[in-house]
Amino acid sequence: MSSAIEIRDVSFANAQGRLLLDNISLSVEEGTTAAILGRSGSGKTTLLRTLNRMVQPTSGEILLHGKNVASFDLIKLRRNMGYVIQETGLFPHFTVERNVSLVLEAEGRSRQDCLRRSHELLQVVGLEPASFAKRPPHQLSGGQRQRVGLARALAADPEFLLMDEPLGALDPLTRAEMQDMLRDLLSRLKKTVLLVTHDLDEALYLAHRIILLNEGKLLACLSPTEFIASREPLIESYVRAFRRGWHNAAPEMPPPK
Amino acid sequence: MSAGLVAQYGGEIATLTIEHLWLAGAAVLSATAVAVPAGVWLARSPRWARPVIGLANILQTIPSLAMFGFLLPLPWLGEHAARIAIVALSAYALLPILRNTYAGIRGIDRSIIEVSCALGLTDAQRLFKVELPLAAPFILAGLRTATVTSIGIATIAAAVGAGGLGELIFRGVASVDNRLVLAGAIPAALLALAADAALGQLERWFKVPA
Repeated sequence: MSSAIEIRDVSFANAQGRLLLDNISLSVEEGTTAAILGRSGSGKTTLLRTLNRMVQPTSGEILLHGKNVASFDLIKLRRNMGYVIQETGLFPHFTVERNVSLVLEAEGRSRQDCLRRSHELLQVVGLEPASFAKRPPHQLSGGQRQRVGLARALAADPEFLLMDEPLGALDPLTRAEMQDMLRDLLSRLKKTVLLVTHDLDEALYLAHRIILLNEGKLLACLSPTEFIASREPLIESYVRAFRRGWHNAAPEMPPPK
Repeated sequence: MSAGLVAQYGGEIATLTIEHLWLAGAAVLSATAVAVPAGVWLARSPRWARPVIGLANILQTIPSLAMFGFLLPLPWLGEHAARIAIVALSAYALLPILRNTYAGIRGIDRSIIEVSCALGLTDAQRLFKVELPLAAPFILAGLRTATVTSIGIATIAAAVGAGGLGELIFRGVASVDNRLVLAGAIPAALLALAADAALGQLERWFKVPA
Protein backbone atom coordinates (compact mmCIF):
# COMPACT_ATOMS: atom_id res chain seq x y z
CA MET A 1 0.00 0.00 0.00
CA SER A 2 1.36 3.41 -0.86
CA SER A 3 1.32 6.14 1.76
CA ALA A 4 -1.24 8.91 1.56
CA ILE A 5 1.58 11.45 1.61
CA GLU A 6 5.08 10.69 0.53
CA ILE A 7 7.73 13.37 0.52
CA ARG A 8 10.81 12.34 -1.47
CA ASP A 9 14.15 14.17 -1.24
CA VAL A 10 12.45 17.54 -1.12
CA SER A 11 14.65 20.63 -0.96
CA PHE A 12 13.68 24.24 -1.20
CA ALA A 13 15.88 27.30 -1.48
CA ASN A 14 14.30 30.74 -1.33
CA ALA A 15 14.98 33.56 -3.80
CA GLN A 16 17.98 34.65 -1.73
CA GLY A 17 19.45 31.16 -2.11
CA ARG A 18 18.95 30.16 1.54
CA LEU A 19 18.20 26.48 1.88
CA LEU A 20 14.95 26.24 3.86
CA LEU A 21 14.28 22.56 3.26
CA ASP A 22 17.24 20.24 2.95
CA ASN A 23 16.59 16.90 1.30
CA ILE A 24 13.57 15.81 3.31
CA SER A 25 11.99 12.40 2.89
CA LEU A 26 9.13 11.05 4.94
CA SER A 27 5.72 9.54 4.57
CA VAL A 28 2.39 9.79 6.33
CA GLU A 29 -0.10 6.94 6.36
CA GLU A 30 -3.69 7.47 5.31
CA GLY A 31 -6.02 8.64 8.05
CA THR A 32 -3.22 9.49 10.48
CA THR A 33 -2.00 12.74 11.93
CA ALA A 34 1.62 13.84 11.73
CA ALA A 35 2.85 16.75 13.81
CA ILE A 36 5.74 18.86 12.55
CA LEU A 37 7.87 20.35 15.30
CA GLY A 38 10.96 22.51 15.27
CA ARG A 39 12.32 25.93 16.09
CA SER A 40 10.96 29.01 14.35
CA GLY A 41 12.61 29.14 10.95
CA SER A 42 13.31 25.41 10.86
CA GLY A 43 11.16 25.01 7.75
CA LYS A 44 7.94 23.65 9.27
CA THR A 45 5.56 25.99 7.48
CA THR A 46 7.54 25.77 4.25
CA LEU A 47 7.29 22.00 4.31
CA LEU A 48 3.55 22.20 4.94
CA ARG A 49 3.10 24.61 2.06
CA THR A 50 4.86 22.35 -0.43
CA LEU A 51 1.89 20.00 -0.08
CA ASN A 52 -0.68 22.38 -1.55
CA ARG A 53 1.89 23.94 -3.87
CA MET A 54 1.94 27.29 -2.14
CA VAL A 55 5.69 26.57 -2.21
CA GLN A 56 7.31 24.86 -5.20
CA PRO A 57 10.19 22.61 -4.08
CA THR A 58 13.51 23.29 -5.82
CA SER A 59 14.07 19.57 -6.10
CA GLY A 60 12.43 16.34 -5.04
CA GLU A 61 8.81 15.35 -5.31
CA ILE A 62 5.68 14.99 -3.24
CA LEU A 63 3.31 12.14 -3.90
CA LEU A 64 -0.29 11.74 -2.79
CA HIS A 65 -1.21 8.07 -3.05
CA GLY A 66 1.70 7.69 -5.39
CA LYS A 67 0.71 10.57 -7.65
CA ASN A 68 2.91 13.66 -7.93
CA VAL A 69 1.20 16.81 -6.61
CA ALA A 70 2.58 18.72 -9.59
CA SER A 71 0.38 16.63 -11.87
CA PHE A 72 -2.88 17.64 -10.13
CA ASP A 73 -5.04 20.51 -11.23
CA LEU A 74 -4.02 23.24 -8.76
CA ILE A 75 -7.54 24.27 -7.78
CA LYS A 76 -8.69 20.65 -7.35
CA LEU A 77 -5.59 19.82 -5.35
CA ARG A 78 -6.17 22.72 -2.97
CA ARG A 79 -9.86 22.02 -2.53
CA ASN A 80 -8.92 18.52 -1.48
CA MET A 81 -6.66 19.96 1.24
CA GLY A 82 -8.24 21.86 4.08
CA TYR A 83 -6.00 24.66 5.32
CA VAL A 84 -6.03 26.21 8.77
CA ILE A 85 -3.61 28.88 9.98
CA GLN A 86 -2.93 30.59 13.27
CA GLU A 87 -4.36 33.98 12.30
CA THR A 88 -7.39 32.09 10.90
CA GLY A 89 -7.62 34.45 7.91
CA LEU A 90 -11.40 34.58 8.27
CA PHE A 91 -13.03 36.83 5.71
CA PRO A 92 -14.06 39.91 7.69
CA HIS A 93 -16.75 40.90 5.19
CA PHE A 94 -18.62 37.59 5.42
CA THR A 95 -20.73 36.13 8.19
CA VAL A 96 -19.57 32.98 9.93
CA GLU A 97 -21.78 30.74 7.78
CA ARG A 98 -20.53 32.30 4.56
CA ASN A 99 -16.93 32.00 5.68
CA VAL A 100 -17.49 28.30 6.10
CA SER A 101 -19.35 27.83 2.83
CA LEU A 102 -17.26 30.00 0.52
CA VAL A 103 -15.41 27.01 -0.89
CA LEU A 104 -18.70 25.29 -1.65
CA GLU A 105 -20.01 28.48 -3.19
CA ALA A 106 -16.85 28.55 -5.32
CA GLU A 107 -17.64 25.03 -6.43
CA GLY A 108 -20.98 26.29 -7.67
CA ARG A 109 -23.20 24.51 -5.15
CA SER A 110 -26.65 25.89 -4.51
CA ARG A 111 -27.16 28.44 -1.77
CA GLN A 112 -29.35 26.05 0.18
CA ASP A 113 -26.78 23.32 -0.05
CA CYS A 114 -24.06 25.72 1.10
CA LEU A 115 -26.02 26.87 4.14
CA ARG A 116 -27.06 23.39 5.16
CA ARG A 117 -23.51 22.08 4.99
CA SER A 118 -22.19 25.19 6.71
CA HIS A 119 -24.55 24.76 9.67
CA GLU A 120 -23.75 21.07 9.83
CA LEU A 121 -20.04 21.89 10.06
CA LEU A 122 -20.52 24.56 12.69
CA GLN A 123 -22.23 21.92 14.76
CA VAL A 124 -19.30 19.56 14.19
CA VAL A 125 -16.79 22.08 15.53
CA GLY A 126 -18.99 22.86 18.50
CA LEU A 127 -20.58 26.16 17.50
CA GLU A 128 -24.37 26.37 17.74
CA PRO A 129 -25.49 27.56 14.26
CA ALA A 130 -28.53 29.35 15.67
CA SER A 131 -26.34 31.76 17.61
CA PHE A 132 -23.18 31.85 15.47
CA ALA A 133 -24.12 31.47 11.80
CA LYS A 134 -25.07 35.10 11.19
CA ARG A 135 -22.31 36.74 13.20
CA PRO A 136 -19.40 38.58 11.64
CA PRO A 137 -15.98 37.12 12.57
CA HIS A 138 -14.88 40.15 14.58
CA GLN A 139 -17.49 39.35 17.21
CA LEU A 140 -15.94 35.97 17.99
CA SER A 141 -13.33 35.00 20.56
CA GLY A 142 -10.01 33.55 19.46
CA GLY A 143 -11.10 29.99 20.10
CA GLN A 144 -14.39 30.47 18.28
CA ARG A 145 -12.54 31.90 15.28
CA GLN A 146 -10.30 28.87 15.13
CA ARG A 147 -13.37 26.66 15.20
CA VAL A 148 -14.81 28.57 12.26
CA GLY A 149 -11.45 28.29 10.47
CA LEU A 150 -11.52 24.55 11.01
CA ALA A 151 -15.12 24.24 9.81
CA ARG A 152 -14.17 26.18 6.69
CA ALA A 153 -11.23 23.87 6.05
CA LEU A 154 -13.55 20.87 6.28
CA ALA A 155 -16.25 22.37 4.05
CA ALA A 156 -15.40 20.60 0.81
CA ASP A 157 -14.80 17.37 2.73
CA PRO A 158 -11.12 17.25 1.78
CA GLU A 159 -9.09 14.12 2.19
CA PHE A 160 -6.17 16.04 3.68
CA LEU A 161 -5.94 18.69 6.34
CA LEU A 162 -3.01 21.09 6.65
CA MET A 163 -2.84 23.01 9.89
CA ASP A 164 -0.24 25.65 10.61
CA GLU A 165 -0.14 26.33 14.35
CA PRO A 166 -3.92 26.42 14.48
CA LEU A 167 -4.01 26.81 18.25
CA GLY A 168 -0.85 28.88 18.65
CA ALA A 169 -2.53 32.09 19.71
CA LEU A 170 -4.92 30.64 22.28
CA ASP A 171 -4.69 30.58 26.06
CA PRO A 172 -3.82 27.19 27.58
CA LEU A 173 -7.34 26.30 28.69
CA THR A 174 -9.03 27.20 25.43
CA ARG A 175 -6.24 25.38 23.68
CA ALA A 176 -6.84 22.25 25.73
CA GLU A 177 -10.55 22.36 24.87
CA MET A 178 -9.71 22.75 21.20
CA GLN A 179 -7.26 19.88 21.38
CA ASP A 180 -9.95 17.65 22.84
CA MET A 181 -12.34 18.68 20.11
CA LEU A 182 -9.68 18.12 17.42
CA ARG A 183 -8.67 14.73 18.76
CA ASP A 184 -12.23 13.57 18.79
CA LEU A 185 -12.92 15.04 15.36
CA LEU A 186 -9.79 13.64 13.71
CA SER A 187 -10.38 10.15 15.04
CA ARG A 188 -13.88 10.21 13.59
CA LEU A 189 -13.19 11.85 10.24
CA LYS A 190 -10.09 9.83 9.28
CA LYS A 191 -8.42 12.68 7.48
CA THR A 192 -4.74 12.59 6.74
CA VAL A 193 -3.42 15.52 8.73
CA LEU A 194 -0.22 17.54 8.83
CA LEU A 195 -0.10 19.74 11.89
CA VAL A 196 2.61 22.33 12.45
CA THR A 197 2.99 23.17 16.11
CA HIS A 198 5.41 24.56 18.67
CA ASP A 199 3.86 22.59 21.44
CA LEU A 200 5.26 19.12 22.09
CA ASP A 201 2.33 18.30 24.37
CA GLU A 202 -0.10 19.09 21.59
CA ALA A 203 1.89 16.97 19.15
CA LEU A 204 1.95 14.00 21.52
CA TYR A 205 -1.73 14.38 22.26
CA LEU A 206 -2.90 14.61 18.66
CA ALA A 207 -0.38 12.96 16.38
CA HIS A 208 0.58 9.43 15.41
CA ARG A 209 3.89 10.62 14.05
CA ILE A 210 6.21 13.30 15.34
CA ILE A 211 8.35 15.01 12.74
CA LEU A 212 11.18 17.17 14.03
CA LEU A 213 12.92 19.65 11.75
CA ASN A 214 16.10 21.54 12.45
CA GLU A 215 17.49 24.13 10.04
CA GLY A 216 15.59 22.56 7.18
CA LYS A 217 16.79 19.04 7.90
CA LEU A 218 14.68 16.15 9.08
CA LEU A 219 15.83 15.09 12.54
CA ALA A 220 13.11 12.63 13.40
CA CYS A 221 9.97 11.04 12.12
CA LEU A 222 8.95 8.82 15.01
CA SER A 223 5.94 7.59 16.90
CA PRO A 224 5.20 9.62 20.07
CA THR A 225 6.58 6.94 22.39
CA GLU A 226 9.73 6.54 20.33
CA PHE A 227 10.12 10.28 20.27
CA ILE A 228 10.07 10.80 24.02
CA ALA A 229 12.28 7.76 24.59
CA SER A 230 14.83 8.84 22.00
CA ARG A 231 18.46 9.27 23.11
CA GLU A 232 19.30 11.41 20.12
CA PRO A 233 20.81 14.57 21.71
CA LEU A 234 18.84 17.10 19.64
CA ILE A 235 15.57 15.27 20.25
CA GLU A 236 16.36 14.89 23.92
CA SER A 237 17.08 18.58 24.31
CA TYR A 238 13.84 19.39 22.52
CA VAL A 239 11.86 17.14 24.88
CA ARG A 240 13.70 18.52 27.88
CA ALA A 241 12.79 22.09 26.95
CA PHE A 242 9.15 21.24 27.67
CA ARG A 243 9.66 19.49 30.95
CA ARG A 244 12.06 21.68 32.84
CA GLY A 245 9.52 23.44 35.03
CA TRP A 246 7.92 20.33 36.43
CA HIS A 247 11.04 18.83 37.89
CA ASN A 248 12.91 21.99 38.57
CA ALA A 249 10.61 24.81 39.70
CA ALA A 250 12.22 28.20 40.33
CA PRO A 251 13.56 28.48 43.90
CA GLU A 252 11.37 30.31 46.36
CA MET A 253 12.20 33.87 47.24
CA PRO A 254 14.26 34.13 50.44
CA PRO A 255 12.20 35.62 53.32
CA PRO A 256 12.69 39.40 53.69
CA LYS A 257 15.18 40.35 56.39
CA MET B 1 -28.03 84.26 -4.96
CA SER B 2 -30.89 86.67 -5.07
CA ALA B 3 -34.35 85.64 -6.12
CA GLY B 4 -34.05 87.82 -9.21
CA LEU B 5 -31.00 85.93 -10.37
CA VAL B 6 -32.71 82.57 -10.06
CA ALA B 7 -35.74 83.94 -11.90
CA GLN B 8 -33.53 85.32 -14.63
CA TYR B 9 -31.14 82.37 -15.06
CA GLY B 10 -33.00 79.51 -13.39
CA GLY B 11 -33.66 77.53 -16.54
CA GLU B 12 -30.15 78.01 -17.80
CA ILE B 13 -28.64 77.02 -14.46
CA ALA B 14 -30.66 73.80 -14.53
CA THR B 15 -29.57 72.89 -18.06
CA LEU B 16 -25.95 73.74 -17.36
CA THR B 17 -25.99 71.77 -14.10
CA ILE B 18 -27.14 68.68 -15.95
CA GLU B 19 -24.50 69.26 -18.60
CA HIS B 20 -21.91 69.70 -15.85
CA LEU B 21 -22.96 66.46 -14.17
CA TRP B 22 -22.78 64.63 -17.46
CA LEU B 23 -19.24 65.84 -18.16
CA ALA B 24 -17.94 64.99 -14.71
CA GLY B 25 -19.92 61.75 -14.47
CA ALA B 26 -18.83 60.43 -17.86
CA ALA B 27 -15.24 61.32 -17.05
CA VAL B 28 -15.25 59.56 -13.66
CA LEU B 29 -16.95 56.49 -15.12
CA SER B 30 -14.46 56.15 -17.96
CA ALA B 31 -11.56 56.75 -15.58
CA THR B 32 -12.96 54.03 -13.29
CA ALA B 33 -13.25 51.62 -16.21
CA VAL B 34 -9.53 52.08 -16.84
CA ALA B 35 -8.12 52.68 -13.38
CA VAL B 36 -9.78 49.87 -11.41
CA PRO B 37 -8.60 47.06 -13.72
CA ALA B 38 -5.21 48.77 -13.95
CA GLY B 39 -5.04 48.99 -10.14
CA VAL B 40 -5.89 45.29 -9.86
CA TRP B 41 -3.16 44.47 -12.35
CA LEU B 42 -0.64 46.62 -10.44
CA ALA B 43 -1.55 44.88 -7.21
CA ARG B 44 -0.71 41.58 -8.93
CA SER B 45 2.53 42.88 -10.48
CA PRO B 46 3.76 45.47 -7.99
CA ARG B 47 7.03 46.15 -9.81
CA TRP B 48 5.00 48.14 -12.32
CA ALA B 49 3.32 50.17 -9.61
CA ARG B 50 5.89 52.93 -9.36
CA PRO B 51 6.20 53.74 -13.06
CA VAL B 52 2.48 53.49 -13.79
CA ILE B 53 1.31 55.45 -10.77
CA GLY B 54 4.12 57.92 -11.53
CA LEU B 55 2.71 58.39 -15.02
CA ALA B 56 -0.78 59.05 -13.67
CA ASN B 57 0.83 61.49 -11.27
CA ILE B 58 2.47 63.39 -14.13
CA LEU B 59 -0.90 63.69 -15.89
CA GLN B 60 -2.18 65.28 -12.71
CA THR B 61 0.45 68.04 -12.83
CA ILE B 62 -0.59 69.34 -16.25
CA PRO B 63 -2.52 72.59 -15.73
CA SER B 64 -6.11 71.99 -16.76
CA LEU B 65 -6.36 74.91 -19.16
CA ALA B 66 -3.22 73.67 -20.92
CA MET B 67 -4.61 70.13 -21.05
CA PHE B 68 -7.78 71.35 -22.79
CA GLY B 69 -5.56 73.32 -25.17
CA PHE B 70 -3.40 70.29 -26.00
CA LEU B 71 -6.41 68.17 -26.88
CA LEU B 72 -8.06 70.82 -29.05
CA PRO B 73 -6.13 70.09 -32.29
CA LEU B 74 -6.46 66.29 -32.06
CA PRO B 75 -8.50 64.77 -34.92
CA TRP B 76 -11.52 62.99 -33.45
CA LEU B 77 -11.44 64.69 -30.07
CA GLY B 78 -11.16 68.24 -31.30
CA GLU B 79 -14.40 68.01 -33.25
CA HIS B 80 -16.49 67.95 -30.14
CA ALA B 81 -15.75 70.11 -27.10
CA ALA B 82 -17.51 67.70 -24.73
CA ARG B 83 -15.18 64.91 -25.89
CA ILE B 84 -12.14 67.01 -25.03
CA ALA B 85 -13.58 67.81 -21.64
CA ILE B 86 -14.38 64.21 -20.80
CA VAL B 87 -10.96 62.93 -21.87
CA ALA B 88 -9.15 65.66 -19.96
CA LEU B 89 -11.24 65.17 -16.84
CA SER B 90 -10.74 61.40 -16.93
CA ALA B 91 -7.01 61.93 -17.14
CA TYR B 92 -7.18 63.79 -13.83
CA ALA B 93 -9.51 61.21 -12.31
CA LEU B 94 -7.14 58.31 -13.06
CA LEU B 95 -4.63 58.87 -10.29
CA PRO B 96 -6.85 58.78 -7.18
CA ILE B 97 -8.78 55.73 -8.41
CA LEU B 98 -5.68 53.87 -9.57
CA ARG B 99 -3.71 54.60 -6.43
CA ASN B 100 -6.55 53.66 -4.10
CA THR B 101 -7.40 50.46 -5.93
CA TYR B 102 -3.76 49.42 -5.78
CA ALA B 103 -3.34 50.39 -2.13
CA GLY B 104 -6.70 48.90 -1.18
CA ILE B 105 -5.85 45.48 -2.56
CA ARG B 106 -2.24 45.49 -1.38
CA GLY B 107 -3.44 46.50 2.07
CA ILE B 108 -5.55 43.39 2.60
CA ASP B 109 -4.23 41.19 5.39
CA ARG B 110 -1.75 38.69 3.93
CA SER B 111 -3.30 35.79 5.80
CA ILE B 112 -6.66 36.40 4.11
CA ILE B 113 -5.11 36.32 0.65
CA GLU B 114 -3.08 33.26 1.55
CA VAL B 115 -6.12 31.40 2.79
CA SER B 116 -8.10 32.35 -0.31
CA CYS B 117 -5.43 30.73 -2.46
CA ALA B 118 -4.98 27.73 -0.20
CA LEU B 119 -8.71 27.03 -0.10
CA GLY B 120 -8.64 26.69 -3.85
CA LEU B 121 -10.40 29.85 -4.99
CA THR B 122 -9.64 30.64 -8.62
CA ASP B 123 -8.02 33.98 -9.44
CA ALA B 124 -11.34 35.45 -10.48
CA GLN B 125 -13.14 34.16 -7.38
CA ARG B 126 -10.43 35.61 -5.16
CA LEU B 127 -10.74 38.96 -6.96
CA PHE B 128 -14.51 39.26 -6.90
CA LYS B 129 -15.36 37.54 -3.63
CA VAL B 130 -12.46 38.67 -1.50
CA GLU B 131 -10.18 41.37 -2.86
CA LEU B 132 -12.61 43.82 -4.46
CA PRO B 133 -15.16 43.71 -1.61
CA LEU B 134 -12.41 44.27 0.95
CA ALA B 135 -10.79 47.03 -1.10
CA ALA B 136 -14.15 48.65 -1.87
CA PRO B 137 -13.97 51.38 0.79
CA PHE B 138 -10.57 52.46 -0.55
CA ILE B 139 -11.67 52.33 -4.17
CA LEU B 140 -14.76 54.37 -3.31
CA ALA B 141 -12.63 56.90 -1.46
CA GLY B 142 -10.58 57.30 -4.63
CA LEU B 143 -13.75 57.61 -6.66
CA ARG B 144 -14.95 60.28 -4.29
CA THR B 145 -11.79 62.36 -4.61
CA ALA B 146 -11.92 61.93 -8.38
CA THR B 147 -15.57 63.01 -8.54
CA VAL B 148 -15.10 66.11 -6.43
CA THR B 149 -12.04 67.23 -8.42
CA SER B 150 -13.78 66.51 -11.72
CA ILE B 151 -16.77 68.63 -10.76
CA GLY B 152 -14.37 71.43 -9.89
CA ILE B 153 -12.20 71.19 -13.00
CA ALA B 154 -15.24 70.76 -15.25
CA THR B 155 -15.99 74.47 -14.76
CA ILE B 156 -12.84 75.20 -16.79
CA ALA B 157 -14.10 73.03 -19.64
CA ALA B 158 -16.33 75.94 -20.62
CA ALA B 159 -13.15 77.61 -21.89
CA VAL B 160 -13.13 75.22 -24.87
CA GLY B 161 -16.89 75.48 -25.26
CA ALA B 162 -17.81 72.20 -23.59
CA GLY B 163 -20.57 73.85 -21.58
CA GLY B 164 -21.38 73.17 -17.97
CA LEU B 165 -21.64 75.67 -15.13
CA GLY B 166 -18.28 77.17 -16.08
CA GLU B 167 -20.18 78.82 -18.88
CA LEU B 168 -21.88 81.21 -16.42
CA ILE B 169 -18.62 81.81 -14.60
CA PHE B 170 -16.71 82.73 -17.75
CA ARG B 171 -19.52 84.95 -18.93
CA GLY B 172 -19.67 86.60 -15.52
CA VAL B 173 -15.92 87.22 -15.53
CA ALA B 174 -16.03 88.65 -19.04
CA SER B 175 -18.89 91.01 -18.26
CA VAL B 176 -17.59 91.82 -14.75
CA ASP B 177 -20.85 90.54 -13.32
CA ASN B 178 -20.22 88.89 -9.96
CA ARG B 179 -23.80 87.70 -9.71
CA LEU B 180 -23.38 85.69 -12.88
CA VAL B 181 -20.09 84.23 -11.55
CA LEU B 182 -21.91 83.15 -8.41
CA ALA B 183 -24.78 81.72 -10.46
CA GLY B 184 -22.25 79.27 -11.88
CA ALA B 185 -19.96 78.83 -8.88
CA ILE B 186 -22.56 78.15 -6.20
CA PRO B 187 -24.35 75.28 -8.00
CA ALA B 188 -20.95 73.80 -8.92
CA ALA B 189 -19.88 73.90 -5.27
CA LEU B 190 -23.19 72.41 -4.12
CA LEU B 191 -22.84 69.66 -6.71
CA ALA B 192 -19.38 68.80 -5.41
CA LEU B 193 -20.59 68.77 -1.80
CA ALA B 194 -23.56 66.56 -2.65
CA ALA B 195 -21.40 64.08 -4.57
CA ASP B 196 -18.92 64.03 -1.70
CA ALA B 197 -21.63 63.29 0.84
CA ALA B 198 -23.32 60.61 -1.24
CA LEU B 199 -20.12 58.74 -2.05
CA GLY B 200 -18.96 59.13 1.55
CA GLN B 201 -22.12 57.39 2.65
CA LEU B 202 -21.53 54.56 0.18
CA GLU B 203 -17.96 54.21 1.42
CA ARG B 204 -19.10 53.83 5.04
CA TRP B 205 -21.59 51.25 3.95
CA PHE B 206 -18.83 49.05 2.54
CA LYS B 207 -16.52 49.43 5.50
CA VAL B 208 -15.96 46.20 7.43
CA PRO B 209 -15.12 46.27 11.12
CA ALA B 210 -11.71 44.68 11.68
